[in-house]
Amino acid sequence: MSGFRVIQAGFAPTLQDFGRPAFQNRGVPVSGALDPVSLRIGNALVGNDGGTAAIEFRLVGPTLEVTAESIRVALTGTRAELIVEASERVTLPSYQSVMLRRGQRLSLAPVSDSGVAYLCVEGGFDLPAVFDSLSTYGRSRIGGYHGRALKDGDELPLRLSAVEERGELRLERPVYLDETGPMRVVLGPQRDYFSDASTAAFFDAEYTISREADRMGMRLEGPALEHTRGYNITSDGIVTGAIQVPGNGMPIILLADHQTTGGYPKIGTVISADIPRLGRMKPGDRLSFTEIDVEGAEDARRAQEKAIRKLLDALTPAAAWLDEAALYRENLISGVVQVSDSL
Amino acid sequence: MSEPVFLPAGDTALVVQFGEAVDAAVNRRVRHLAAKLRESGAKGIVDIVPTIRSLMVHYDPLETSAGALRGAISDLLHHEHGEEDAYRLWSIPVCYEGDCAPDLENVAREMKLDTGEVVRRHAAEPLEVFMMGFLPGFPYLGLLPEEFDIPRLFEPRVKVPARSISVAVRQTTVYTVECPGGWHLIGQTPVEFFDPERAEPILVAAGDRIRFEPVSVGEYERIRKAVEADDYKPVSEEIVP
Repeated sequence: MSGFRVIQAGFAPTLQDFGRPAFQNRGVPVSGALDPVSLRIGNALVGNDGGTAAIEFRLVGPTLEVTAESIRVALTGTRAELIVEASERVTLPSYQSVMLRRGQRLSLAPVSDSGVAYLCVEGGFDLPAVFDSLSTYGRSRIGGYHGRALKDGDELPLRLSAVEERGELRLERPVYLDETGPMRVVLGPQRDYFSDASTAAFFDAEYTISREADRMGMRLEGPALEHTRGYNITSDGIVTGAIQVPGNGMPIILLADHQTTGGYPKIGTVISADIPRLGRMKPGDRLSFTEIDVEGAEDARRAQEKAIRKLLDALTPAAAWLDEAALYRENLISGVVQVSDSL
Repeated sequence: MSEPVFLPAGDTALVVQFGEAVDAAVNRRVRHLAAKLRESGAKGIVDIVPTIRSLMVHYDPLETSAGALRGAISDLLHHEHGEEDAYRLWSIPVCYEGDCAPDLENVAREMKLDTGEVVRRHAAEPLEVFMMGFLPGFPYLGLLPEEFDIPRLFEPRVKVPARSISVAVRQTTVYTVECPGGWHLIGQTPVEFFDPERAEPILVAAGDRIRFEPVSVGEYERIRKAVEADDYKPVSEEIVP
């Protein structure tokens, strides 16, 4: 078994794919990538199916050593660079596939432009699926690597022990990283638990993402919302993007690891086309909301899907990175390079 | 009975709400619609999640739409009749003594009954699994007799032991793993309701019924050892009304 050795885990990276959406009826959270668009693009760059599990990390990425003969990776979700320590230290852009060999180390420049990023690996990880998914769900210790975030010293097995040499791919302009504007929200299912004035205030206000933001949910700081019918409801279903409002009136947007049911009123739901962008936001970022109806939200999702396919069709060949210093050394050893050439 | 209403939950889920309060008859309608919708094979549905008083239908907006689903569900509701669905009936051993039942005396005091009577009433009738939620494999069961209408703990526990049986607001739950919790702990079962190592990790589903069978501490420990040795299977039977 070979693949990666985790030299330094960084800030609790997990393995994530598209999650396990079909088991919510048994109380199993969906989990999966906070930014599924970046996951899809990263997988396309290394030749995988879009939903192959990748390493998802937040803010501080891991340092990994290649223990397989060779691997191919791509970094997405951020414009931070991939740092490779081979015979020398090189930095390579994100959104580009790179082939690495045994013994080389990779790490990441600090990720300051995004709350979440992905390291996709050709062939994916050789780990068991739980409820049809490799996604890590730490609270119930299922999926991923032994059901938990990665730690220093973990040995991550890959499906491929070596990858073929071939042309690399890149995405020249990950335009979707530049999306801005308010998050679009469909009101309900419990909009009637809030006064019209409070709902209007919600759409007027600007909120800040608090430090209490994780894969389960994002607490917002800003104007408190006022309940008109109390803040306890008989538990009902929860969908990713639901904005629940507990007793203190501070909205919490529920993300991938949210519980399947809950008993706080939900004023609205962030639409699915805006979930990847929301997933990339981080504590301290500011956001606001705007109203949209269900049909508009469905149209937005279809338009987004078109745009993603366009990006996937726009992958272009990239120059392969070669460890030139190592090649040079090999050449010296084999005597191909003449001393006179360097004079 | 009132007409169900459709409530929006973004562009990937739709709520069919049958009521706002906890009510066994409402919950049966929810589960009945869940079964009918599952059978219908309607396109683009990702998951169908019955909750205590409403149904959440998760869908893929690239495959279907809320409008199409509302139409399909309305047709099913139109043909709704009061037939009773088949269900699985489980017998689950529970120890209501000693360390297994840290809150039993407080609950008995609150209910103005002695502890034996609380246990007798808790285990008297099979209870229905109204919904699965909170954690994988975690069932909410009801309805207990009215005297069990007691509020949750004022101060939730940071750690509830795995397999605890808890009560509050006329419902009972089984904690699948050690986790925080705000309900009163009146017993513990040796049976695992969630075991990721098992072929079927999750034991029960919404619509199942559970009869809790009181056992002594000694019996609890014997069954627990058998469970750990992979030598015990909880019993269930299929009931067709």
